[in-house]
Amino acid sequence: MGELRLMKGNEAVAEAAIRAGCDGYFGYPITPQSEVMEYLMAEKPFERTGMVVLQAESEVAAINMLYGGAGTGKMVMTSSSSPGVSLMQEGISYMAGAELPAVIVNIVRGGPGLGTIQPSQADYFQAVKGGGHGDYKMLVLAPASVQEMCDHVKLGFEKAYQYRTPVMILSDGAIGQMMEKVVLFDHVPRRTDEEIVAQCPWASNGRPKTRNHNIITSLDLDPAGQERVNLKLQAKYKLMEKNEVLYEEIQCEDADYLLVAFGLSARICQKAVDLARAKGIKVGLFRPITLFPFPAIEVSNVGNRVKGILVVEMNAGQMIEDVKLSVGCKVKIEHFGRFGGIIPSPDEVVSALEQKIIGG
Amino acid sequence: MEELFAKTEIHKPENIVYKRTDLLVDRPLSYCPGCGHGTAHRMLMEVIEEMDIQDKTIGVSPVGCSVLAYDFLDIDMIGAAHGRAPALATAIKRMWPNHFVFTYQGDGDLAAIGTAETIHACNRGENITIIFINNGIYGMTGGQMAPTTLPGMRSSTSPYGRDVPTMGHPLKITELIAHLPGVYYVTRQAVHTPNHVRKTKKAMRKAFELQKENKGLCFIEIVSNCNSGWKMTPVQSNKWMEDNMFPFYQLGDIKIDGKLVEKKVTVE
Amino acid sequence: MTEEIIIAGFGGQGVLSMGKILAYSGVMQNKEVSWMPSYGPEMRGGTANVTVIISDERISSPILNSYDTAIILNQQSMDKFEKTVKPGGLLIYDPNGLTRLPARKDINIYSIEAADEAGKRGLAKIFNMIVLGGFLKLKPLVAPEFIHKGLEKSLPARHHVLIPENEKAIELGKELLKPVNVLN
Repeated sequence: MGELRLMKGNEAVAEAAIRAGCDGYFGYPITPQSEVMEYLMAEKPFERTGMVVLQAESEVAAINMLYGGAGTGKMVMTSSSSPGVSLMQEGISYMAGAELPAVIVNIVRGGPGLGTIQPSQADYFQAVKGGGHGDYKMLVLAPASVQEMCDHVKLGFEKAYQYRTPVMILSDGAIGQMMEKVVLFDHVPRRTDEEIVAQCPWASNGRPKTRNHNIITSLDLDPAGQERVNLKLQAKYKLMEKNEVLYEEIQCEDADYLLVAFGLSARICQKAVDLARAKGIKVGLFRPITLFPFPAIEVSNVGNRVKGILVVEMNAGQMIEDVKLSVGCKVKIEHFGRFGGIIPSPDEVVSALEQKIIGG
Repeated sequence: MEELFAKTEIHKPENIVYKRTDLLVDRPLSYCPGCGHGTAHRMLMEVIEEMDIQDKTIGVSPVGCSVLAYDFLDIDMIGAAHGRAPALATAIKRMWPNHFVFTYQGDGDLAAIGTAETIHACNRGENITIIFINNGIYGMTGGQMAPTTLPGMRSSTSPYGRDVPTMGHPLKITELIAHLPGVYYVTRQAVHTPNHVRKTKKAMRKAFELQKENKGLCFIEIVSNCNSGWKMTPVQSNKWMEDNMFPFYQLGDIKIDGKLVEKKVTVE
Repeated sequence: MTEEIIIAGFGGQGVLSMGKILAYSGVMQNKEVSWMPSYGPEMRGGTANVTVIISDERISSPILNSYDTAIILNQQSMDKFEKTVKPGGLLIYDPNGLTRLPARKDINIYSIEAADEAGKRGLAKIFNMIVLGGFLKLKPLVAPEFIHKGLEKSLPARHHVLIPENEKAIELGKELLKPVNVLN
């Protein structure tokens, strides 16, 4: 078993980056995720593994540092919270277009605008539907525990390189700030420059005389060429939909009613399942772990066996659209959400289930 | 005549007086005839070729007329988002500290939308080389006013001339960044005459040599023309540049060995 | 076994670190734990609270609105959290500075004059450990050797010399605990 620690979600993300063999972190302070860079600066991974940690002048600079580093084949990560991630959207779109691997962590806080520093899930659309311009997707992971904050960093890098795509870890202020037991995975050594050159033949890291020059760009002024780029991206996203769906089912086998929730909301719903079952209501929980690709077939399979579905989110109703598209219209599907940094309590969820689904 | 100057004869190495630099891709440049970009590209590639560092050089191209620079420069390149080249270059250099990293940027890219990235990369003293082409206009988008457009100068968004009270002053960003301690070498050059071309090439060589010594950021401004955007012939535009741009953007070294060259520095 | 605890008081009373030491001790004993603080501007002077859950099973919601135990160290927290203790649950409070004492009859209530005693003994910095001792007397969730390990892990190395003092404070807390309302 790996090393046991009690850590904040934000700290787990930082430690996981070091252990995953990350080459560079570029970030800008914003609550509630500043512990990521604080932890890295205190840990001095530049001495431990040679990993670079740099505080950028803005989120705009940070995401473009990520773009530059990723373009050379290096393993790079940034983290921010909602307003900062909004600023990064241009860069994310460029990285998706140029097919660059990287991990971007969003510790979501309430919005819109400056909003609040309290946790929220209101960036689902931005993360899943392509928050920047153009037809692109990111693989989006939604950790629900500090352990997953750690594990998803490693998984995220694996998938980022497998598909040459930016990967987003969509978490929230509560998971970022809370401490839980974490079993840390063992250190993966950083790749040598030679290994990077061999593994990333597409990367711009110096042209030897034996090959043509590499160009990292998202530009193709020829519409036919740009259409080919888009078709290639879409084919990649289809492949991700086929192979990368992750989800969890909790007490769904005998369920009459289903809660669907991701991240922190899923944790709250898990408690709500226990409370409801104590009252004699057979409730199950379906938790998408990848938000893109969305577990459409899987939620449909469970959803079409129950009498009603309550989608619980810390937003005004975002993932519910994907649940409805997946399950269809034979089953009643309602939404329960709290916004602006308010976290719903487990018994609020049970009440909402009783009112909107069972009694409604 | 044909017999006298057969192609094979001309191609004999001893007869060649001028040829394409090997590190320029064999394809027509997309720049307007008379534009300075092509010359600047060539000088840059000659320096990299002469230093034999193309396998250790990573270039960052901007958004603007030189957005396609990567199609012409036969080295590994990354195309940045508008204004962000210094941020990319920062990360690239930090990840590959033994490589040579440069950005190639225009005035809109470097001195308007990318001002923050420019200043902060300079201030951190990143060991990179910034090549800054200043022609006082947004060429690619069709001749709009740039941060460096001169007072009274016409552009498609200052059709009656740049009106300083409402449109602000032209920005001498080169003088501005020269004051930052992280910046080691700053010079302003041109590429419209053979003499200026030689000086520019020498400055580029110096910047790359200094990069090898990790001296800090080296910044080369090239005041250039935009005959299309200025709506002049190439010859007229070069004359206009000499008469109008050079008095405002004075050529010469601004900072050498980390020390300001005093007489040249005027921030207006 | 699952124990759901809220610890609430003023920022600066060591509320968060008490929770952290308890949680870390739980980790050392290979329990599942979660430590969920109130965060934000509250840390600068206002009230601070932390939800600590220690369990033998995977923990569901880290955020709760009813608790097995409430440890309450100021009036605002008493007003807010007395009512959130589950019937049959436990409330421990320090009477120092309280203007209204807890009145519920359906829960176990104990008081601990930790602030007073810490002041007398010049132990203000480990006031929170005295309170923790009181809690551990009633709910020995974690064995003393794991508390020791939890202290080692929670405190920076330069403070490890203070661990014996912390452990003494925990023992002192066990002595200071006074029953106020005890259910049969």
